[in-house]
Amino acid sequence: MRQGAVRALRRGVAAAVVAALVLAPWTVDDYTVALLARTLALGLVAVSVGLLTGVAGLPTLGQTAPYAAGAYASAVVGSHLSDVGLVHLGVAAAAGAALAAVTVPLVVSARGVVLLMITLAVGELAVTVVGRWRSVTGGTDGLAGVPASRPLWGMPLLATDRARYLYTLVVVAALVGVVLLVLRTRVGLLLRAGRDDEARLRASGHRVPVHVAGVHVAAGAVAGAAGSLLVVAQQFVSPADFGFDTSALLLLGVVIGGTVSVGGALIGAALVVAARDWLFGVLPGQAPLVLGLAFVAAVHLLPDGGRRPPVRGRLLPAVPARRAAQDRPTPTGVRA
Amino acid sequence: MAAGIRFDPYVVPALDGVAYGLLVFVAAAGLVLCFGVAGILNLAHGTLYAIGGYTAAALLDGGWPSLALALAVGVVAATASGALVAGLLTRVAARSHLTQALLTFGVALAGGSLLVGAFGPDDPPVRVPAALDGSVAVAGHRYAAYRLVFIVVAALLAGLLHLVVRRTRAGMLVRAAVDDAEMVAVLGVSPARIRVGVLAAAGALAGAAGVLGAPIIGPGPDTADAVLLLSLVVVVLGGLGSMTGTLLAALAVGQIQTLGVALAPSAAPFLLFAAMALVLAVRARGLATVRSAT
Repeated sequence: MRQGAVRALRRGVAAAVVAALVLAPWTVDDYTVALLARTLALGLVAVSVGLLTGVAGLPTLGQTAPYAAGAYASAVVGSHLSDVGLVHLGVAAAAGAALAAVTVPLVVSARGVVLLMITLAVGELAVTVVGRWRSVTGGTDGLAGVPASRPLWGMPLLATDRARYLYTLVVVAALVGVVLLVLRTRVGLLLRAGRDDEARLRASGHRVPVHVAGVHVAAGAVAGAAGSLLVVAQQFVSPADFGFDTSALLLLGVVIGGTVSVGGALIGAALVVAARDWLFGVLPGQAPLVLGLAFVAAVHLLPDGGRRPPVRGRLLPAVPARRAAQDRPTPTGVRA
Repeated sequence: MAAGIRFDPYVVPALDGVAYGLLVFVAAAGLVLCFGVAGILNLAHGTLYAIGGYTAAALLDGGWPSLALALAVGVVAATASGALVAGLLTRVAARSHLTQALLTFGVALAGGSLLVGAFGPDDPPVRVPAALDGSVAVAGHRYAAYRLVFIVVAALLAGLLHLVVRRTRAGMLVRAAVDDAEMVAVLGVSPARIRVGVLAAAGALAGAAGVLGAPIIGPGPDTADAVLLLSLVVVVLGGLGSMTGTLLAALAVGQIQTLGVALAPSAAPFLLFAAMALVLAVRARGLATVRSAT
């Protein structure tokens, strides 16, 4: 009874949020609409972070790498080859997935802090490469004046902020829908099981490294597609969009959003990014200070970021007398 | 002599690489300690280096006393900051790695903002002691005297660190805490105190690196990020917890960043990335399992 009420409430809130998002461009000015479009793109990256961090239990600070790969691939294709958004999305997702696939050998056996460290290094190095590879990426100046694109062949160009926002919204909604649908299948169950008790999953004959590689590449593809949306939203791309602070903001958003839910990751990241944009407008000089203090406060105020709810569904039978998650050594021997 | 002439243009970059590598090692050693002992990824580590760098820029006036003063102030300030991070972490240390990363990043963001607010958004100039301001002849080349002295001092620091970790009671406790924190607690030493001590010591190392290395990697708004990235790469390349490995990795990264750029300017942006990808791909399996602070 109570669960039904909660579910109805969640549906109602979700419907209200979607309605507000669709109607937003007619109620606020163009600048805010452009900001919203960019926030949606970042929200999609947060979905990929949530997919890795929350669902699969692989904390990451490096999703800016496939995000940047997708953005630059999309910008280069958009400037020279095609103006069709779907092509940009495909190329960007492929670029993000390819970059993620290249880094799979680095991450496949790492967990916990080690993984955070390796992904952070990969993300930062990718941004460094982007900043120095002048002939393709324009270096630290970035690529300006990316031509407007059209969503599909034969459709009009996305010439206004409103059109670009709506295009971003549709793509984000479609991709989040796909991710949520896939997570409802056996795939999602296996990923969650790998997060909660990897040793048992291995023992029962599942090839966990394959799952890890798969979710890593999939998250790379989602982040790459988000990169394409960023290019559409701001028609400009520079290494500043993929800095270390972006990774950390996304992670904060995912943690605030509740870690385990993909929708929560999207909403949390949107809130954090909106708060950052608002702060930079209100307190031009002091924004990083306030933001930093907000990070520290959030960590101390959040209920318990480390606790994980049990697996939903019945892939494995219930375990009698489960040990608490915090007592269990991670595969690296590092205590949580 | 023919060979000497052929290698001639690369003597100076190679020496620079040694200085750069040793600097990165001293900075990264603190990160290795944090990571190896406390399992903490301290994202504020670059900010601790920047504190030392800004101290050097503000206090150095060309004389020896100012260098001693800057070193003392920089090390004390960075140590205190390290201890502050440890204090903030104690309340959340039992939680996940994510909260640790977020907290230390928040400290880095706030600290960087405070430093820029105090010292301005530009890269301040750093004045080395007048006696070291000139250059000396090395194998027929003019080379900055400060960097030569820095190489010696940094090598001494590295040796000292090795002795402390290997030979002193404090070093033994730290190594014991890596292997079995619970057993150390049973012996009557609080692991929490070891953690605070290690984070403070890491801060001291970063501060010393910041003061002494200010003429090489100068203070500025981007310094914290750059030093954190280099330290991370070095720590990962060095095998995540091994001091010797970290030293070798730091020297290699120093050569890549200087000699590599001189030899292959067009490939320079990718060299660091390629080296890391190569090493990680070769020993990825080992990295996840091998962890010891020796």
